[in-house]
Amino acid sequence: MRNPLAEKVVAIKPSGIRKFFDIASEMKDAISLGVGEPDFDTPWHIRDEGIYSLEKGKTFYTSNAGLKELREEIANYIYRKQGIRYEHPLKEILVTVGGSEAIDIGFRAMINPGDEVLIPQPSFVSYEPCAVMAGAVPVIINLKAENEFRLTARELEEAITEKTKILVLPFPNNPTGAIMERKDLEEIAEVIIKHDIYVMSDEIYAELSYKEKHVSIAQIPGMKERTILINGFSKAFAMTGWRLGYACGPEPIIEQMIKIHQFAIMCAPTTSQYAAMEALRNGDEDVAEMCTAYNQRRRYLVHCFKEMGLECFEPYGAFYIFPCIKEFGMSSDEFAMKFLEEERVAVVPGNAFGDCGEGYLRISYASSLENLRTAMAKLARFVEKLRRER
Amino acid sequence: MREELLAIIERNSRIDLKELAVLLGTEEAMIANELADMEREGIICGYHTMVDWEKTSKEKVSALIEVRVTPQRGQGFDSIAERIYKYPEVQSVYLISGSYDLMVILEGRTLREVASFVSDKLSALDSVLSVATHFILKKYKDHGTVLDKKKEDEREMITP
Repeated sequence: MRNPLAEKVVAIKPSGIRKFFDIASEMKDAISLGVGEPDFDTPWHIRDEGIYSLEKGKTFYTSNAGLKELREEIANYIYRKQGIRYEHPLKEILVTVGGSEAIDIGFRAMINPGDEVLIPQPSFVSYEPCAVMAGAVPVIINLKAENEFRLTARELEEAITEKTKILVLPFPNNPTGAIMERKDLEEIAEVIIKHDIYVMSDEIYAELSYKEKHVSIAQIPGMKERTILINGFSKAFAMTGWRLGYACGPEPIIEQMIKIHQFAIMCAPTTSQYAAMEALRNGDEDVAEMCTAYNQRRRYLVHCFKEMGLECFEPYGAFYIFPCIKEFGMSSDEFAMKFLEEERVAVVPGNAFGDCGEGYLRISYASSLENLRTAMAKLARFVEKLRRER
Repeated sequence: MREELLAIIERNSRIDLKELAVLLGTEEAMIANELADMEREGIICGYHTMVDWEKTSKEKVSALIEVRVTPQRGQGFDSIAERIYKYPEVQSVYLISGSYDLMVILEGRTLREVASFVSDKLSALDSVLSVATHFILKKYKDHGTVLDKKKEDEREMITP
């Protein structure tokens, strides 16, 4: 029989998380700090609106790009939160199946074979494979702990060639918790404009920014017209399972993205779109409440790592903390596996998010304070033991 | 900071000062002062424990009583409310808008005990016009806490 598989797909490495997942999910009694989604339920009024839409029989396709009212609400929301005005939401905004779909079709709409996509790592696992499947050549920028895992203008400048087409900008960052502040963005914006490249700015964690209000690169003068802004409802409103995200950008790019979306997906889930409208209209308080809780847990973990003497920069975004474990002379995989086996706490090895994440762990604080307390006591004991053994 | 502090201890008043200081990103002494001030100002009225008596062997009956009263000249509802809340078996007294005036929450050991309080004491007060007693059959959620079910984490163990 002929080989049924596409070489391009077979060549893609499976997600580094997978292997660890299989082992961890066998341990039902383990505490997991390996989860990349909120521990909160979707606020009830949002769920209720979804239920109500079903009762009213809103069970049909919506227009391809998403409900008109929803796209208008998204435009209002972005203006309210970030001051970026998408004047023509029906042409500049596309509602997608999670932020993930927006990443995929964003690349597909913009990449010609051989174009280079700059991907700062450590970062979310999807950028590289999606870029490759779209025919791009991924170019990895290894972010550094000494810069608190921010992208610097210099690092960017050094990675750019004449084939560079898109920079992926994943901040607030999963897995490091790093943020980019206005001055950081202004510096890289200059380089971006000088070299005439585009930005795919994944701002799914925008609401979870604890130092100052999140700044989008699209707010920097001259950047909105070369930025695809990706966001969604999963992290801000605790709506991961609803699978709803969106992309905002220049009309010619969104137009092509809508074309792919229309043929591949048809439209994002209708129930989720109705629920999302409620989230945008009446969800600010829920977001603030969850954000306060995350921030308390964040401070708690930073404090615990300081007490344990584990090297870790203070993260100001998302719900992750990224401590360094290089002092123990083990790989991230070994450390995470041993920690899971001995203390039954699951964390994710940093190298799952790129080679330069080796020597780090991603610890999610999307978990109750009680869980965090128990897990930190276990980690302290584990770390003490390793130090004694060395 | 006050509101954030209150929101935490309203859920868990046993949390220690050191951890409170960490969670709020401040010093222990600051928290201690803040708590003392709020106790003095009557913002913090106590550090009670929520008990689900149903799960113990102690018999308890609770009732909500709607009370209609005649307000008194110069004092409105205050003096009659005070008459009622002085009884130790009365847990709460609220002034309510709508078709009746006071909502009284009562706790007793038996149905009879509650009934006799209502007929002998409450109804006998001069300014009480009428009462309607509702016995509580089951508490599902109290003070923002679900009593019935323990919540399970349904998320996958590891996700990117």
